[in-house]
Order: sequence, then C-alpha cells, then structure tokens
Amino acid sequence: MTGESFVFHIDGVAVTAKPGQTIMEAADAAGIYIPRLCDVEGLRHQGGCRVCTVKADGRSVSACTQPAAPDLKVENDTPARNRVRRDLVEMLFHEGNHLCPICEKSGNCELQAMAYRLEMTVATRFPYLEPCRELDASHPDIALDTNRCISCGRCIRASQDVDGKGVFGYVGRGIHRRVAVNGADLAHTDAAVTDHAMSAAVCPVGCIIRKDEGFRVPIGSRHFDHGLIGHEIEEKRE
Amino acid sequence: MSETRLIEISPVTRVEGHGKVTIHLDENNNVDEARLHIVEFRGFERFIRGRLLWEVPVIVQRLCGICPVSHHLAAAKAMDQIVGVDVLPPTAEKMRRLMHYGQVMQSHVLHFFHLSAPDLLFGFGAPAEKRNIFEVIRENPELGLRAVLMRKFGQEIIEATAGKKIHGTGAIPGGINRNLDIATRDRFLAQVDQMTGWALDALGIARDYVLGHLEMVEGFGTFPSNHMSLVREGDGALDLYHGRMRAVDRGGAPIFDMLDYNDYHKVLVEDVRSWSYMKFPFIRDLGPEYGWYRVGPLARMNTASHIDTPLANAAHRELQALTGGRPNHTTLANHWARMIEVVHCVEKIRELLHDPDLQGTDLRAEGERRYEGIGVIEAPRGNLIHHYKVDERDQVTYCNLIVSTTHNNEGMNRAVKNVAVQHLSGQALITEGMLNHVEVAIRAYDPCLSCATHALGQMPLQIEIYDAEHRLVDRAGQCM
Ligand code: SF4
Ligand code: SF4
Ligand code: FES
Repeated sequence: MTGESFVFHIDGVAVTAKPGQTIMEAADAAGIYIPRLCDVEGLRHQGGCRVCTVKADGRSVSACTQPAAPDLKVENDTPARNRVRRDLVEMLFHEGNHLCPICEKSGNCELQAMAYRLEMTVATRFPYLEPCRELDASHPDIALDTNRCISCGRCIRASQDVDGKGVFGYVGRGIHRRVAVNGADLAHTDAAVTDHAMSAAVCPVGCIIRKDEGFRVPIGSRHFDHGLIGHEIEEKRE
Repeated sequence: MSETRLIEISPVTRVEGHGKVTIHLDENNNVDEARLHIVEFRGFERFIRGRLLWEVPVIVQRLCGICPVSHHLAAAKAMDQIVGVDVLPPTAEKMRRLMHYGQVMQSHVLHFFHLSAPDLLFGFGAPAEKRNIFEVIRENPELGLRAVLMRKFGQEIIEATAGKKIHGTGAIPGGINRNLDIATRDRFLAQVDQMTGWALDALGIARDYVLGHLEMVEGFGTFPSNHMSLVREGDGALDLYHGRMRAVDRGGAPIFDMLDYNDYHKVLVEDVRSWSYMKFPFIRDLGPEYGWYRVGPLARMNTASHIDTPLANAAHRELQALTGGRPNHTTLANHWARMIEVVHCVEKIRELLHDPDLQGTDLRAEGERRYEGIGVIEAPRGNLIHHYKVDERDQVTYCNLIVSTTHNNEGMNRAVKNVAVQHLSGQALITEGMLNHVEVAIRAYDPCLSCATHALGQMPLQIEIYDAEHRLVDRAGQCM
C-alpha cells in the first residue's frame, strides 16, 4: 500500500505512520512500546490476547490489528490501560501452572517479563485453576509442557504459515479452548526441531521446549536480564 | 498397665523445618522412650517423576531453603552420569567446587553464629530471651558483624557461580553454564585473607568452648557410633565435593572403604518405622542394631585421613589428638568440626581463585546417554545421596534421596534419649532450660527438617504431657 504518511498521537506524542500500518507497527517504528503477547514479528496478526488493548479516540481496540489513522488519539501507557493489562496477565498465570523458579524459560519468558513490566506483585486475586497436564516428551528433540501454554496461537501460525505444516491447532471452545497437537502426541506429528514453530522466539513461554538446552544460558545473560520487555523498542526513541 | 507420661517439645526451634520431640515417661518420671518426629519430603520424590532430566538440578533446590546448592550439585552429578559424562571439563568441575565451598562456608557460618553461638556464649540454661543472635550481636558487635560478612562472602561466591544467591542455575548435566570473570575473581581475592583470619578466630571460639567445658561437653549427648562420609579417592583426604565412601566403626576401624558410591545400596539399607515418615538407614553387614551411623562435619573429621589444606589440617590434628586419633563421638564437637571445615573451605576457595581454569571456556562435556544416575556429595550437614532413573523420553521415572538428616536419624534419636535420661528423669518439674538441652542435642546435628521455617530469635515452646491413653494431663508452654 502506498500513500502519504500521516501523523497521529500516542499518549500525546506525535507518531508518523504509513497507510496500512497498525497502531502497533507505527508505534514500534517510533520507539513506543505497546505491550503484547500473541503478536510477534514475522507472523500474521491474530488479535487474541488483548494485552495490546489501547484506547483510540475513546474506543478500546487491539493495537496489533487496528490500523493507524490520521489524527487518532491513542491512550497506551496510562495507569488505567496498564491495570487492565495486568489483570489479563494475572489471569494467564492463574489459568496455567507457572512455577517460574524451576522453569527453563525463566528470564527469556515474555509472560514473566510482562508481569515484571506491569508490576504484577500480588498474585492471589484470582483463584488458581491449577491444571495438571501431562508433559509430552514423546518427541526426541522437543518437549511440550502445556501447563505453561497461554493459547497465544503463535505456534499454530508459525507451523501453518511458515512451515507449511499443521502441527498445532486449537481444540475446544470458549474458556476451554486450548492449543493441542494434531496427533496422539508430538512424536505422531511431522514436527521437526528445525521448524520455525519450534524456535525459541515463537513460543513466548516455556511450553515448547527444545530438549537438552534448558538452563544452559546463565542468569545474567538471559534475554530479559538486560532490561524490561519492550526496552529494545523504547531505546529507539532516545 | 503402667502409666506413661508423654512430653512433647514442638516445634524444635532454630532448626530448619518442623520437628517434634516426644518424651515418654513411665510412672516414676523416668524416660521410657524419646523420639524425634520429622515431617519429611517423601512427596518430593513423587513430584519429580515425569520431569525432564535437565530440570532436576534446578527443581531439587526447592527441597531446602538453607542448603539448596547441595541438592543442586548432587542432582547435577547424577545427571552427569545420565548424559554419559564421567569426567567434567576442569572449568566445570572447579566452578562447581567453588560453588560448593561457598555454600558449605555460608551454611556453617549461619549455623554457628545464628543457631549455636547463643547457646555456646550464654549457656543452655540461659533464659530464652537471651539465647538468640540479636543478643549475641548486642554483646559482641564485632563478632556479629563478622558473621554477617563471612556469610555474605559465601553467598556471593554462590552468586558468582550459580547466578543467584539462592536457587541459581549454574550446574547443568555434563557441566556448568558459566566461568568466573577476572573482575569478580579479584573482588574475592581481595577479601580472602580477611576471611581466613576470621575463620581461624571462629575456629578458636569453637575449640576453646569444647576444651573449656570438656567434662560437660563429653557428657552431653555423647555416645559411640559408626561414622560415614565421602573421602578423596586414593589418599582418603577430606573431600566435600567428590570421592569414595568410607565408614569407620566406633574405634576407627574401617567398615567399608573406597567404595564406589554407585554401589551405595549394596552397603546401606533404609529401614522404615511405623511412627516416622523418615527412614532409618543402617549398614547392611552390621544390621539395624549396630549398623546405624552418623554423618556431618564431625563424622567427616573421623573418616578423613587428613585434610589437604594446611590450616584446616593442623586444626584437624588438634581435634584428633583429643581422642588419641580415634573417632570423636562428642556431639558438641560438631561445632569445632564445622569451624575446621569453614577454614578448609576458605583455603580451598583461595586455591581455586588462583587457578586459571576458572576462566576456561570449555564448560560442558557430552557422552552416551544412560538411564540411571547417582550423585553423592558432602553437604554441610553430611552425606547426601541423589539417585535417579530417566527413560528414553528424558523423563524421570524414579528418584531416591538420602539426605543427611535421614542418615543421622538414629543418631539424633539416641542423642535425644541420652539427654532426656540425664536431665529429665525423676524430675516432676519440667523447666525450659532442661527441655532446651534436648533441643541443643538435636541442633548439634544441624538437622534440616524439610522446608525451612526459620524461627530465628524465637522460642515457641510447648510441652504436653499425656498419659498412656494419650489423654492430655498437663501442658506448659510459652511463645515469645
Ligand atoms: S512459562 Fe514463563 S511465566 Fe510460566 S513458569 Fe515459565 S517462566 Fe514462569
Ligand atoms: S504452545 Fe506456546 S506458542 Fe503455542 S499457543 Fe501455547 S504459548 Fe502460544
Ligand atoms: S498482541 Fe494484540 S491482541 Fe495479542
């Protein structure tokens, strides 16, 4: 899509956008971070997790799917927005079974990092659902611990759109909707450790695990040891 | 039916976790039975099943709030075997050793200053409000400060090797995930002389206490037993990280020696008793009556042929001289032994800091997968055994842990009974000072009674007396 660039505002800051860009894409380019979990570079937008919800001219929209528009007034980094985001993240913790201190994704986990960024300090407002799902270690190179899955669908999109496979899919409806493998277990799918879907960048949490790699990166060198989630985007602004 | 009274001391304060002492008295107020009840973590061995092998060294640290590193390293050693690695790259082994010496040092210092010093400095019969670390610091501010700084030194070594002061991730199957940078090394080197001096001073306090109260110390919960630990392969020197198993009898004669720890189950039997969740291990050949043994700092002083660092070795010789080179069975001499080990750890830390291997970059080895692994280490509180089976999917299918408190189970029970007989029998009035003697005997073993509920400076104490039908007939308690 071509056309004239235009300006809109996020939290009072003027942001230049090209036609067709989402609010999030324009914000990223301008060095403004909008929290997100289901959206990731290289995969099509899904608009599922709602962590990126902003107010655009007073309306709640997901920044990862909503196109930017001239003169739009976007409210992003405000106490009210962040409170809603924190509630969402908190609910993800309560829905799954997250024991960060023993999880190999700790320090590289987007959910954990989001909790830190949003200052989620009290974790007991909602009842823990405490699922107890079997670990799927059937595949020689990959393991799945779905107790930590946040149903972001990134693996589904990566497998379908990038790998041209269909290793993952949603099962169930509504609150029971979950991500599952299309087979008896992972060993009975055509999953390969070289799939994009299995790369560390796709699963934001410690659900898709590449075997034998856990804890090899020392504390201090893990991704989020170097700064809050979103800091790379925010540093572009300085 | 003769009437039996039951006295309960619960919880045992200033030990880690939950414990309860019951003392059964007969109709003449003589001690009939004394038992230490421990809530232990059998559940953990279940929890770990199904987890992935490389997660185990990290998960097991949750077992203990005060010596997580010991579990971390014992599990990592077991997982080394599973990933087919028998010899680690030097950098990995030395980083792990550094971590371990830091851990033993900080744990012993904590135990000595926070948990034992109040008793040693103020006496076991002193009022409860006096017997705590805050009073120690108030009366000896310099000593209190050293305790804090020595512990900090140990913890910072752990942080530098494991990434965090507690619950880090340093050891991985087949190696370690980091080396030591020069700046950090130099920071430690700058402190190590000071630490050596303070360690020697602390050793002096412990030694002088034992020598100065010899009669009391020797009569306090002392009884002969077998002793067991790892010793260094070949020369039998003290080795806290790795070695072969050695057990000596009460006279110092070997029961087994240079045993490959992969064969631990050939020499040790884990006995079960109806009233306790915790097992009672004993040496197979000697049977349950004579085969129980003690582990820990004093046991190590009794098994080790010598110590390979000069200052600790001299101190070891002095301790040995007290019993003419035969095993020392004095429960309270554990404090002395513990401080010898602190000196040893600091000497070892110094040696390692000067070793360029710590800056090496070959951190991990690989080998052919196996399905069973055993890791044994000398934890601060004594021998620690981790045993796992892992299936071809990398999931744990079996786990057996023998922690030092379990090894010492029989010994602690005997110590409690011994003290109870001496101090309680025939007396109708139960004073706090007397009951504290029982606690002191337990604390000398430094038991780690499941998860850490830390009651520093607190003294909740409850005594309950039951008759033979378990009816409560009397209760005395205080909670400060
Ligand atoms: S997936 Fe993330 S949030 Fe969940 S336990 Fe692991 S590190 Fe914690
Ligand atoms: S497995 Fe990971 S990527 Fe897939 S839906 Fe769950 S959290 Fe998202
Ligand atoms: S990132 Fe926009 S909805 Fe998930």
